[in-house]
Amino acid sequence: MTALLTVRGLRVDYGTGRGAHPAVRGVDFEVNAGEIVAVVGESGSGKSTIAHALMRLLPVEAHIRGGEIRFDGTDLRTASTAALRRVRGARIGFVPQDPSHSLNPLLRVGEQIAESLRRHQGLSRPDAAARAVEIIAEVGVPDAARRAGQYPHELSGGLRQRILIGIAWACEPDLVIADEPTSALDATVQRHVLDRMQALAAAHGTAVLLVTHDLAVAADRADRIVVVHHGEIVESGRAGDVLAAPQHEYTRRLVDAAPGLHSGRLRPSVGVASRTAVPDAAPLLDVRGLGKTYGTGDRAVAAVDGVGFAVPRGSTFSLVGESGSGKSTTARMVARIIEPDTGTVLLDGRDITGVRGGALRQLRRRIQVVYQNPFGSLDPRMTVARLIAEPLRAFGTGRAETQATVRDLLDQVRLAPELLTRRPAQLSGGQRQRVAIARALALRPELVVLDEPVSALDVSVQEQVLQLLVDLQAEHGLTYLFISHDLGVIRQISDRVAVMRGGRILEEGSMDEVFHSPAHDYTRELIGSIPGRHVAEPAASGAQVVRD
Amino acid sequence: MTILRRPGLLVAALVLAVVAVAVVAPQLIAPYDPFASVGSARLAPPSAEHLFGTDHLARDVFSRVVHGAQLSLSAAVLAVIAGLVIGSVVGLVTGYVGGPVDFVIMRFVDVLIAIPGILLALIVVASLGFGPLSIALGVGLGAAGSFARIMRAQVLRVRAEEYVEAARTLGVRGPVVLARHVLPNAARPIIAMAAMELALAILSVSALSFLGFGAQPPAPEWGALVSAGRDFVATAPWLSLLPGAVILAVVLAVNSVARSIRGDR
Repeated sequence: MTALLTVRGLRVDYGTGRGAHPAVRGVDFEVNAGEIVAVVGESGSGKSTIAHALMRLLPVEAHIRGGEIRFDGTDLRTASTAALRRVRGARIGFVPQDPSHSLNPLLRVGEQIAESLRRHQGLSRPDAAARAVEIIAEVGVPDAARRAGQYPHELSGGLRQRILIGIAWACEPDLVIADEPTSALDATVQRHVLDRMQALAAAHGTAVLLVTHDLAVAADRADRIVVVHHGEIVESGRAGDVLAAPQHEYTRRLVDAAPGLHSGRLRPSVGVASRTAVPDAAPLLDVRGLGKTYGTGDRAVAAVDGVGFAVPRGSTFSLVGESGSGKSTTARMVARIIEPDTGTVLLDGRDITGVRGGALRQLRRRIQVVYQNPFGSLDPRMTVARLIAEPLRAFGTGRAETQATVRDLLDQVRLAPELLTRRPAQLSGGQRQRVAIARALALRPELVVLDEPVSALDVSVQEQVLQLLVDLQAEHGLTYLFISHDLGVIRQISDRVAVMRGGRILEEGSMDEVFHSPAHDYTRELIGSIPGRHVAEPAASGAQVVRD
Repeated sequence: MTILRRPGLLVAALVLAVVAVAVVAPQLIAPYDPFASVGSARLAPPSAEHLFGTDHLARDVFSRVVHGAQLSLSAAVLAVIAGLVIGSVVGLVTGYVGGPVDFVIMRFVDVLIAIPGILLALIVVASLGFGPLSIALGVGLGAAGSFARIMRAQVLRVRAEEYVEAARTLGVRGPVVLARHVLPNAARPIIAMAAMELALAILSVSALSFLGFGAQPPAPEWGALVSAGRDFVATAPWLSLLPGAVILAVVLAVNSVARSIRGDR
């Protein structure tokens, strides 16, 4: 049997002439009808370029230099634009990465699905509208008829991504290309969306090319895995084989990095001096009855409602929950970025809730924050040296001492001194987050609030940054308040964890307690949402076993 | 993207280069003394000897235009700087402080913008007295409102950026955050707008001088030169037309360069 999609020797360059940079250097793979194939690699590996090249939807500076893309007998590389238009949408569906920018904000979502149906299947306006509602129901959006009449901004990220999946499947294509379809979503939502996609593929016999940076997601969902590194395929094979016995060194690194694939807290690297303080009785951070309400009267929403916890010095306490659970609001109140309506925050036994002005500025020496988005939290006009030096300058450290400290900090976050003169745009995501961590440590704080510090990073980079955080904690006796939606990440760094939902803490306990005897259904759902869990712990998850 | 591929921009840049020389060292370009009569040829038409002809006092008009660049342009530049500084400070403070301060000040700015610029300039000139300096201040005040609005919008955008909040959590003082993070990141559109405003300011300054509120004779000034030629339009039209054409060329050149700063084509 011939494959549905056969790619041979595909090469793509960015730029032309001497400035040309090869992004894809001759890849071969195939996708059979009804099969789910995952293309796995880090940012910059060329995996997204491959996905876009298949539909000839590359940015203008990218050029296909050679190879063959044979889809059901036609070579898409040489096909006319008119022929391509008949294939796109009708026979090959596409699910883009970012649900917030991929829908037209001025069109009702039902109409956006109906548009494709009218174009490719020639349905009449009322028929297309009716079919669109059916599709919305089929992708698992409750109350489909009402939702079809809504605009994208009225839907959550997860629902928007389902609509995009609906558009991809609307014309019953033979192949759907999904480019990081869930990277922008919370862990629980990610699972639901992927479940729905897998079910659709099974029900319609659709082949899926799933592009992802997360090997665990690929392991859960795909029949076969293709690992891409520097524009080349370094390994491919059946999902179970690749995971159980990775052949290439790069694949082994990816397997090691996937948080869902191994359990337990990361240990400090060998050679890191451990100066962890003896756990004393009084906690460094004590939060009591913290509350914050937005809006007034009937429209008041309690973002955080009576949250309390205590964090011993030198340990990591994590808050886990999905968007809107109040975890970030809690962290921001602890860091005194926003004012709580009720409750107190005690640092080292002293109430810091009402601290203002100069005293609040002095408090910044003791509490520092690392943000989710390392690009947004670094001033794009500043060099690395100035960024890291900024807190030192703010507190009047001398020039020579500042320079020495900056170099030392850069070394501690394992960045080369050459980077000092770079600006954020010239750094990778992982490097940027290391700069943000170095800056947070400049004032030698006791408490570091980490608000989703690795969510914007590739899985393999996530692990390196988490390891760095664990090492720094051991070396300096730091206390972390760690915020994440991903229990897989939290498991790698936390001592204690609190599960938040709707502004309240549902349950709190040590990492082991919460993982092995969750008291709440919602916690069990979060645990079940960690990708790759079925592969790592088949016994624990019961019926679900690796496919094939 | 090089300047050579855009002939329009190249011409504009050349015009501005010549004007810059005229401002710094007019004697390099001007063949005659702008204040002294050159022989007996009064109201002579343009010729190789007198490019723009001569006026009713037999002075070389081209030399007067070249020497006038200094007065006209320095008044226009001063006007833009005045508008830029006043507007930016107002926009920066209101945008960053917010709340009732923002509301009250921006209503004053609305009123300022509602008054036509030339009328506002006339009011300032009337209260400060005639002269290029008061013209500059008047025109600058007229532009300050728009500068304040743009600056405020930029500050509101930048203030919401995470790095500004991050700077506060690092313990950086408020005014330092404003100067080091907010201002540099808000500045680019303001600079582009200042360049656009310069073209407008040249026109406004010339217009006010034309009306006789600016430099007094015998000082050469572009608007005043156009005005002086009015009495001879029937017999010697070049006296008004050629200085007017120079104003037009410079305004167009400034506009073209300003648009390239803003990033338009």
